Amino acid sequence: MEHYNMNLTLKVWRQKNQSDRGQFETYKVSNISSEMSFLEMFDVLNEELIQEGKDPIAFDHDCREGICGMCSMYIDGKPHGPWQENTTCQLHMRAFKDGDTITVEPWRANAFPVLKDLVTDRTAFDRIIQAGGFISVNTGNAVDANALPIEKAKADDAFAAAACIGCGACVAACKNSSALLFVGAKVAHLGLLPQGEPERKERVLNMVAQMDKEGFGACTSTGACEATCPKGISISNINRLNKEYLVASLVSEK
Amino acid sequence: MRLLAFVPYFCSDFLTHNLVSMTWKQVFTSSVGRKLTMGLTGIFLILFLVVHAGLNACIWANDGGVMFNKAAHFMGATIVIRILEIGLFVFIFIHIIQGLILEASNRSKRGTPYAVNYGNRGSKWYSRSMGLLGTLVLLFLILHWIHFWIPSRFTGTPEVTYDNKTYHDLFTLMKEIFAELWVVIVYVLGCISLGYHLAHGFQSAFRSLGVHNKKYNNMLTSLGYGFAVIVPLAFAMMPVSMYLGWVS
Repeated sequence: MEHYNMNLTLKVWRQKNQSDRGQFETYKVSNISSEMSFLEMFDVLNEELIQEGKDPIAFDHDCREGICGMCSMYIDGKPHGPWQENTTCQLHMRAFKDGDTITVEPWRANAFPVLKDLVTDRTAFDRIIQAGGFISVNTGNAVDANALPIEKAKADDAFAAAACIGCGACVAACKNSSALLFVGAKVAHLGLLPQGEPERKERVLNMVAQMDKEGFGACTSTGACEATCPKGISISNINRLNKEYLVASLVSEK
Repeated sequence: MRLLAFVPYFCSDFLTHNLVSMTWKQVFTSSVGRKLTMGLTGIFLILFLVVHAGLNACIWANDGGVMFNKAAHFMGATIVIRILEIGLFVFIFIHIIQGLILEASNRSKRGTPYAVNYGNRGSKWYSRSMGLLGTLVLLFLILHWIHFWIPSRFTGTPEVTYDNKTYHDLFTLMKEIFAELWVVIVYVLGCISLGYHLAHGFQSAFRSLGVHNKKYNNMLTSLGYGFAVIVPLAFAMMPVSMYLGWVS
């Protein structure tokens, strides 16, 4: 692909802390290489801000390989930017043209309060996992796992659901700020495998209860989550969660 | 990492004390349970639409409304149908109230709105506008009740006699009401709102009930689109054909 440099205008959400109202600030960046990643472009901008004695823009990132789920920018109206099945860190500047204006916002959801600038507190997801997203017993090592027969189709579905990196783009894209794609992926991933199957009922009930407590909205099956998910988690995981929830609540003891 | 390994053990201990106990109230007020209610009542209302459209199609028998009036009389005079009618109203109100609660609750989950909107990627405008479409259908429904249901149950309709038996002449009532152009236009708009509401609602109802098999989801989506076009179209054609004098 042909290399080019570009000058861009960035409209970035700046917010000092959780209680600050926050507002957009406009920045100009010049000579940005089309080979740079989106976060590298922010690194360049932050270097400039630091040299000017200004507060650099806070943003989440960790592996920069598209697998950790830390990066979280809402770029021009889309979580993780314009590319499909892609994270912000793997978004490259060749997605933009010289002279473009790019608006960058944090994830917006009451359950994900903004801590500073583009950094949000996504520990609500951790608490949902603590409510049931685990297997309580030691499942052994790879040898033990290979000794258990698992249908190929189930293993594939579980693996596809396990690809969820918990970044929260589904919540950011959803008009209801629903976390059901995330929770559905965890419920499907663990419930489809023999190690996780015995706890499937309490898992779905407890995880949904925690999800509601955290202040996420209800799913209305619009499909925005699936389309924005960097890992291509299927919305059918939500339908599967609905079934698990219905069955678990019907057979509940009380 | 060593510390993290204890997290599941701690959680499992926590779980044994809270083992699978969900009261019905907890189930039906949870976010997933509310959708379940919307789906169940929605499917019941979809079944009602089939009966309603089928019965009203009798106006096209072109027999001066005899078949239609007799069919309507059967619906009004049969005890089973009258009991189902109570159920229908209960389900309609649950669907409306639950829908409004859901819409309000979902809207409250994002305190600060985005400056740039997400748009259509992966979702259809009507999927995102079910609250609005539902409200339009409700407004139409209120007018519809005032036009037909209230007169036939309470305030009285024109009457007609077939074989020495008196019937409500709903056919004549329809002709009177659909003589006004604005009424016909409002009814057609109501049917369009219903069509878009069904385009999302039909398949979404089954998703909420937990249908996750791809073959069924695909089948139900196609079926839903077909239903969302054919049934509201049949309804819309009733006032139109009355207004244009296609039925006699």
